[in-house]
Amino acid sequence: MTDAPLLTLRNLRVVYPGDEGDTHAVRNVSFTLGRERLGIVGESGSGKSTTGRAIMGLVPQPGRITAEVMRLGDIDLLKLNERGFRRLRGKRIAMVLQDPKYSLDPVMSVGHQIAETHRCHFGSSMKKARMAALEMLEAVRIRDPERVYALYPHQVSGGMGQRVMIAMMLIADPDLLIADEPTSALDVGVQEQVLAIMDDLVRRRGMGLILISHNLHLVSAFCDRVLVMYAGRVVETCITGELAEARHPYTRGLLASLPELGRRRAELPQLQRDPAWAEEAL
Amino acid sequence: MIVVDRVSVSYGIGAGRIKAVSDVSFQIDEGDAFGLVGESGSGKSTVLRAIAGLITHAEGSVELAGQAMPRVRSRAARKMVQMVFQDPFGSLHPNQTVDQTLSMPIAIHRLGHADRRVASALAEVGLGREHRFRYPHQLSGGQRQRVAIARALILEPRILLLDEPTSALDVSVQAEILNLLARLRRDHGLTMLMVSHDLAVIAHLCDRIGVMSDGALIEITSAESLASGNVRHAYTQQLLRSNRGFDRSGAEVVEAVTSPVLSRIE
Repeated sequence: MTDAPLLTLRNLRVVYPGDEGDTHAVRNVSFTLGRERLGIVGESGSGKSTTGRAIMGLVPQPGRITAEVMRLGDIDLLKLNERGFRRLRGKRIAMVLQDPKYSLDPVMSVGHQIAETHRCHFGSSMKKARMAALEMLEAVRIRDPERVYALYPHQVSGGMGQRVMIAMMLIADPDLLIADEPTSALDVGVQEQVLAIMDDLVRRRGMGLILISHNLHLVSAFCDRVLVMYAGRVVETCITGELAEARHPYTRGLLASLPELGRRRAELPQLQRDPAWAEEAL
Repeated sequence: MIVVDRVSVSYGIGAGRIKAVSDVSFQIDEGDAFGLVGESGSGKSTVLRAIAGLITHAEGSVELAGQAMPRVRSRAARKMVQMVFQDPFGSLHPNQTVDQTLSMPIAIHRLGHADRRVASALAEVGLGREHRFRYPHQLSGGQRQRVAIARALILEPRILLLDEPTSALDVSVQAEILNLLARLRRDHGLTMLMVSHDLAVIAHLCDRIGVMSDGALIEITSAESLASGNVRHAYTQQLLRSNRGFDRSGAEVVEAVTSPVLSRIE
């Protein structure tokens, strides 16, 4: 393990120009990530997914990315063109998306999709890629890899599909894994399992993980650090276990508005949004 | 108010026949809120649809407000039960304004005074007059779910069926909708049946809770028993553990969540 940060972001901004003025999806987000697990939480529209996409170079036209610093290890992401990003994606940074039903290729067997990643990045033979894919399927705890290899995405369950996606993302051994709502489409029991597998692999390989989710408790249970985003800004950074002592009124409001087992209230406190939150700097 | 007696629902024929719901029975008193929890595919939404009369081939009997429901329901019987669906993005007609969406049930049931009814239903769910002539894409997720609730309320039903009404919403919006539902139940004496996979949400709104697994109702418990962990069935305990896992913050959760899977491979 090295001390040099894996990823450095300073004042990242993502702007979508529009007819009625620009939309600032991400505003001055800065963080550094080592080989640790970082969570980003926020509600829809808070810019958490856009931040993840910006790191991957996947902000669609006409969106613009600006930043003072955006480095992955020794690579300056700001100077990278599309070709440069293509070499990076999969090999150095990989992304697990929300719903395996929509994110896997429906007309390719899941094993082939995993093997393709391997061939693409290592130029390996069909046979070698297949071996690697089978090994990877086993690593994500799929019991009968040979059988699952030949299945198509519509033939696997949600939890299995998500494990296939994790296998596909980890086969090229990236340094950084970005998981964007990896378990939101899954049942609670399966959620745990998928998260545990991902967590286990990420730890063992010493990778960096960015977990993007709307679920505060899930993120705080899994990450070393949590960034809370609101209206494109990071309003608070918490260390795991100190979420209950969060200071920002937005974080506190979010926590309070969750129904809790064993603490029934006649009325849930509703979040009162303060326009100042969108403006104030951290 | 609701008596469900040995309801079964099957799909398909021959060897491919799947029993989605088997022999489910329960009762809900007037003004009560009953919750159904379970994983996807456990049949909880199917039970809801059978009560709403959307599954005409359901076996067993459903009795609402003391009347046995025939296979084809009368207009009055349909008016009595209304439903709110999970996804407010999919359950509203994209080419109709809020006003059109809310006027349609009034026209179908020939209730009259459409203008007054629409205005009061919107006020009831906390939407302003400015929302009345908007299209669904001009509304936020929470506002759309309010429209869906208004559409259910406009026929002045006695029973409200809720199929995962908040799972597509942000937590802060979820709190607003849950508060709205609690208030409507109090003000109108509505009988509610809610389906969700989130135990905390169910226990917030409902007093009695049924747990479903593989099409069967395996346990009926209460919000208090769930909170204190006093449940009989092993499946319910497991469900409770998975829900609890993320309800507490801190390192112990990582331990609790990771260990069962890790121990399985070792």
